Amino acid sequence: MSFSVTDPSRGTKWFAGVMVVAYAIITILPLVWIIATGFKSPADAIAYPPKVVFEPSLEGYVNLFTTRTRVTEDDFAALPPPATWYEKVVRDQGMVIAGPSRYGERFLNSVIIGFGSTVLCMILGTAAAYAFSRFRVPLKDDLLFFILSTRMMPPIAVAIPIFLMFRQIGLNDTHLGMILLYTAVNLSLSVWLLKGFIDEIPVEYEEAALIDGYTRFQAFYKVVLPQAATGIASTAIFCLIFAWNEYAFAVLLTSGTAQTAPPFIPTIIGVGGKDWPAVAAGATIFLVPVMVFTILLRKHLLRGITFGAVRK
Amino acid sequence: MTHAPMEKIARATPAPVARRIKGLSDRAIAWIFVAPSIFLLLAVNIFPLIWTIRLSFTNYRVNRPNRDVEWVGLRNYERILTDDGIWATMQATAHFLIWTIVLQVIIGFALAYLINKKFKGNDLWTTVIVLPMMLSPAVVGNFWTFLYQPQIGLFNYVIAFFTGADPASFSMIGDVNLAPWAIVIADTWMWTPFVMLICLAGLRSIPDSIYEAAECDRASKWRQFWTITIPMALPFLMLAVLFRGIENFKMFDLVVQLTGGGPGNTTTLTSIDLKREAFERWRTGYSSAYAVILFVTVFGLASIYVKALNKVKER
Repeated sequence: MSFSVTDPSRGTKWFAGVMVVAYAIITILPLVWIIATGFKSPADAIAYPPKVVFEPSLEGYVNLFTTRTRVTEDDFAALPPPATWYEKVVRDQGMVIAGPSRYGERFLNSVIIGFGSTVLCMILGTAAAYAFSRFRVPLKDDLLFFILSTRMMPPIAVAIPIFLMFRQIGLNDTHLGMILLYTAVNLSLSVWLLKGFIDEIPVEYEEAALIDGYTRFQAFYKVVLPQAATGIASTAIFCLIFAWNEYAFAVLLTSGTAQTAPPFIPTIIGVGGKDWPAVAAGATIFLVPVMVFTILLRKHLLRGITFGAVRK
Repeated sequence: MTHAPMEKIARATPAPVARRIKGLSDRAIAWIFVAPSIFLLLAVNIFPLIWTIRLSFTNYRVNRPNRDVEWVGLRNYERILTDDGIWATMQATAHFLIWTIVLQVIIGFALAYLINKKFKGNDLWTTVIVLPMMLSPAVVGNFWTFLYQPQIGLFNYVIAFFTGADPASFSMIGDVNLAPWAIVIADTWMWTPFVMLICLAGLRSIPDSIYEAAECDRASKWRQFWTITIPMALPFLMLAVLFRGIENFKMFDLVVQLTGGGPGNTTTLTSIDLKREAFERWRTGYSSAYAVILFVTVFGLASIYVKALNKVKER
């Protein structure tokens, strides 16, 4: 082991470790609580003192995906025995399934809009970033700053005219409208991040390809794109996460067909008060993919959240 | 030079032929590549912004499309700047902004400093700490209302456990005095990792040799901290503050789900107030003027701040 005067002593490391682990446990607690609450019965979820050990129940998940009604006692007794396990969970509450809830649709909307806008954003962003990185574009710095400045506007401030504009051209509450909107919102991120990634690829590779008789386009997609693959992938995940999490535009511009999950999850209610296990189940399904992506992205995280301003 | 023969051939070939051989000119490709992005941003950002500015001089209301639209000049601006309610909103925003930044900078920097001690497993724990930051603020904010429930909420239980108070005796989101802190706590929980990550990059950018030199000069650890660590990490710290400042000035999703702006108007931040004016009271002209004022404020403050940041960087 090498020794250096600047190396922290063992005691210091030990102290630092304990403090950081303590903070990590506190900070992760609300997330653990969301996941745990999803598997509690409604009674356990609102028990005092808060229950750490409980009997797992799938009631929250069943309630999340179904709508239920009460029937009269005679009708209830006359029903055939439950055919599926989820029907049984609902019957045990003294109710019957009336139909599926809207959560599935809303989740699907989030997937469609998230992926749609990410794909579009990557196509536009990669092209623009390549041009900004390699060519002498007139007013380059001004254009780049303009692209960044679109991010400073509070979403509510531009929502008024976008609402009017979308209403005029029939894009209100449509998937296409939201995809275009989220693409525009994330474009600043994708151009800035990708420009950084492409800047790091030596120009010599392309020059060699050009000399070998490739056209610019061929050099772009046969040489630059494969080299930038990691950068493009991590940028795409960032765009996807931001589109996935977006709430302000979604709540103002969608109400039915194109509504995404974030405005929907808080509106989940049960019989006689908020159905917290169902809310937590909805949140868990919605948040866990992002947690997985965050872990995958950890090396590029800093770069992504600072628009490429800080690189490790 | 390998280029020379190519260039000679290129010069000898007539321009139209060269274009057919080499495809489009670089200039044309540059425009084809950049134009769609710029066009989309013009359509979805700049055009609406200009429209907002135009609307801000009128008394237009979306819910009364048949009423004649009148030009009212600067009256909307005058009314906003003299409205007491708006100043209360600005104060709530300032309280939120200042305290979230102060707490996040202190905790975030402390965490980064500790993680930089390179104890075993620091990578794993950094990843754990970072998780809240990437999640949907609206969904998480909604769940925090559950944590803040008197009696049954986990937050109240933990506080009660350590202070001995009755967990049913206080309501973080129902109490006029506590609600502004409820949003500060939730935001700090969510965004401290952001500041931490940037500070960590700053600390890691300081070369060991500087500390080694300081050790040779027998500078105390305390002195090293204030004369090396802090000044060299400062540009990073300021960048983190810039990002958090802009984001929290725009803050909407987390807080609207957490408190909805209440109780009373104690947590009505500017974005929430603007949303009410524009989409609940439908005062379109008035709220457009409001939006313009907010945008000018963010943009102005950010520009001044970036100038200061560049000065620090140059030192």
